[in-house]
Amino acid sequence: MEITQAEIASAAAASAAKDQELRGAEILVKSLQAEGVKYIWGYPGGAVLHIYDAFYKQETIQHVLVRHEQAAVHAADGYARATGEVGVALVTSGPGVTNAITGIATAYMDSIPMVIITGQVPTAAIGLDAFQECDTVGITRPIVKHNFLVKDARDLAMTMKKAFHIARTGRPGPVVVDIPKDVSFNKVPYAGYPESVEMRSYNPVRKGHGGQIRKALQLLLAAKRPYIYTGGGVLLSNASAELRTLVDMLGYPCTNTLMGLGAYPASDPKFLGMLGMHGTLEANSAMQNCDVLLAVGARFDDRVIGNPKHFAQNERKIIHIDIDPSSISKRVKVDIPIVGDVKDVLTEMIAMIKESTVKPDADALGAWWDTIAGWRKRDCLKYDHGKNDVIKPQYVVETLWNMTKDADTYVTSDVGQHQMWAAQYYRFDEPRRWINSGGLGTMGVGIPYAMGIKLAKPDSEVYCITGEGSVQMCIQELSTCLQYNTPIKIVSLNNRYLGMVRQWQEMEYEGRYSHSYMDALPNFVKLAEAYGHVGMLIERAQDVEPALREARKLKDRTVFMDFRTDPTENVFPMVKAGKGITEMLLGSEDL
Amino acid sequence: MKHIIAVLLENEAGALSRVVGLFSARGYNIESLTVAPTEDPSLSRMTIQTHGSDEVIEQITKHLNRLIEVVKVVDLTEGAYTERELMMVKVRAVGKEREEMKRMVDIFRGRIIDVTDKSYTIELTGDQAKNDAFLQAIERGAILETVRTGSSGIGRGERILRV
Repeated sequence: MEITQAEIASAAAASAAKDQELRGAEILVKSLQAEGVKYIWGYPGGAVLHIYDAFYKQETIQHVLVRHEQAAVHAADGYARATGEVGVALVTSGPGVTNAITGIATAYMDSIPMVIITGQVPTAAIGLDAFQECDTVGITRPIVKHNFLVKDARDLAMTMKKAFHIARTGRPGPVVVDIPKDVSFNKVPYAGYPESVEMRSYNPVRKGHGGQIRKALQLLLAAKRPYIYTGGGVLLSNASAELRTLVDMLGYPCTNTLMGLGAYPASDPKFLGMLGMHGTLEANSAMQNCDVLLAVGARFDDRVIGNPKHFAQNERKIIHIDIDPSSISKRVKVDIPIVGDVKDVLTEMIAMIKESTVKPDADALGAWWDTIAGWRKRDCLKYDHGKNDVIKPQYVVETLWNMTKDADTYVTSDVGQHQMWAAQYYRFDEPRRWINSGGLGTMGVGIPYAMGIKLAKPDSEVYCITGEGSVQMCIQELSTCLQYNTPIKIVSLNNRYLGMVRQWQEMEYEGRYSHSYMDALPNFVKLAEAYGHVGMLIERAQDVEPALREARKLKDRTVFMDFRTDPTENVFPMVKAGKGITEMLLGSEDL
Repeated sequence: MKHIIAVLLENEAGALSRVVGLFSARGYNIESLTVAPTEDPSLSRMTIQTHGSDEVIEQITKHLNRLIEVVKVVDLTEGAYTERELMMVKVRAVGKEREEMKRMVDIFRGRIIDVTDKSYTIELTGDQAKNDAFLQAIERGAILETVRTGSSGIGRGERILRV
């Protein structure tokens, strides 16, 4: 038998790899490299110093030093939402972890694939109330898909493999890996990053049940008033193309939730706009009056269906596609559940339609579209442009949309009135372009999301639509934007109020504006300048367009646009809490 | 309605707290919980006794299945099953009470496992209703201490829960 030189060399390399002793921190870095991680957002501290030292000695992963751990997690989350890859953040023990909690919970509620590496005090000190110790696994348990405490450096590579596998498969979510300081320091043999992972207790389903899909299709094709209701699951499963094919083949009306915007093109006539608490009249009325509802990767959130009693009044048949069985029949009774990955299920459904001889009932569908046209005539997103110089917030968003609709743009938002105006007036035609915190409703995500996306998409335009309240919750990240040259455009709709709180106080508390007026606001122009950026103050409606135009031209600079908007403006349509989704306020005249 | 849910899960640190955390976070009730490793030391088996409507029980089993460490979940009350609980009761036993207590233990097919000149410690196994009945049958004032394990359940006949 002949042994070639190459075989000898590879055998030698294999045995060298086997004998190779590495520190835990080095194994961690190798694991991240093997997972294809390009960026990591973090903040150093005592418990992660070995890990930071290992980062110093490598060049493939770029670490971004944020100004607060909350922003590290949000930035990694924004990156994950825009790219579909797993976002990675690194924080130290104790306060590092507690600062990261809001970010982790935000990602958990919206099912975002993330791995968060946290430092921990040395194993020997765990449980002794050591300096900067906290029970990370315990604290994060309710807000993660899973978490690990690594007690031995020898387990590190396999734990990382599992963490990434769990984060990105099934219903995605954040996974925390807690690494004690001695585990990152100890040298152990390293035989390479595991190629595969097997967990007998974790086998997420991908393929939907064929029989169920067939049954669903029969129901769907026999519908007189069909409706397709889609959520963030379509984006998470990268199934926008399949959704478009399905909707176009059937010719049925379609809506997206706040989380699903962009899954179906907003400018297509079959799209009825967003539904729910601040959804359109046509989207909500169709939801209430349809006879067959196809729910795709959406979970019937309370902000979507309003009062469940009112929702249940119309006995529609419901087909629900979701990868997570616990989301099915949670809030509403479902007639045909299909557990599986949205992309796989829709692909199979499309194939079955192609084979099927049954066609949708054209007459019934025509009548249904006529009904919808009647609702549409109300033009519920029409707003009063106001008089003189007053800037209407809707106008700012609409102007931005008109200006950037053909450009390669991403829009992040914070949480509040501005978020709803952004969702209503910026029309998203592509998936993963609208990035905001839907489930948890976290203020302060806007700037970190934008800087996370800008790093991954340096040639795209990234806008953060925010308010003067939200933006101040993570405004320190303007500093990070300068250091890492991530020029984002901040569109602040400044109405001097915590607008959504003020709106609710107006409608539910007889105008007792308890602590919703924000006095002593900073001079945002000077603040932006202090951070090394460009600040703009816009106070008149006629200056909105020129300001946005100028900001766009400043490609390499972060620009903070402080739009002084009409402080009395409210978000319409609106469904008040506890009301049915068609009990809508369409404008201030309905109050 | 009463449900007995059997769970096989990885015998790992923290797995139990995930199960308990799931119940408390979602407002479900645990009436009793027993857990120990199985013949395979890498697996633990848990019996959870709970009350709830069909919808709630459906959500509980779905959420249990969602936990990464959980390998299998079955609602034993959906079919034929047997359940047992171990109860130990320390009772006062002096004078003529001693004979009477001994007789009661025999009737309930219990065993006296510790004796002092003033007390008996009694071991009883059975479903919870039987153990409850014993406590009601003896004089309340005689009970010094009670400890119960909560139900352990297993399917009858061919019903087998394993990996």
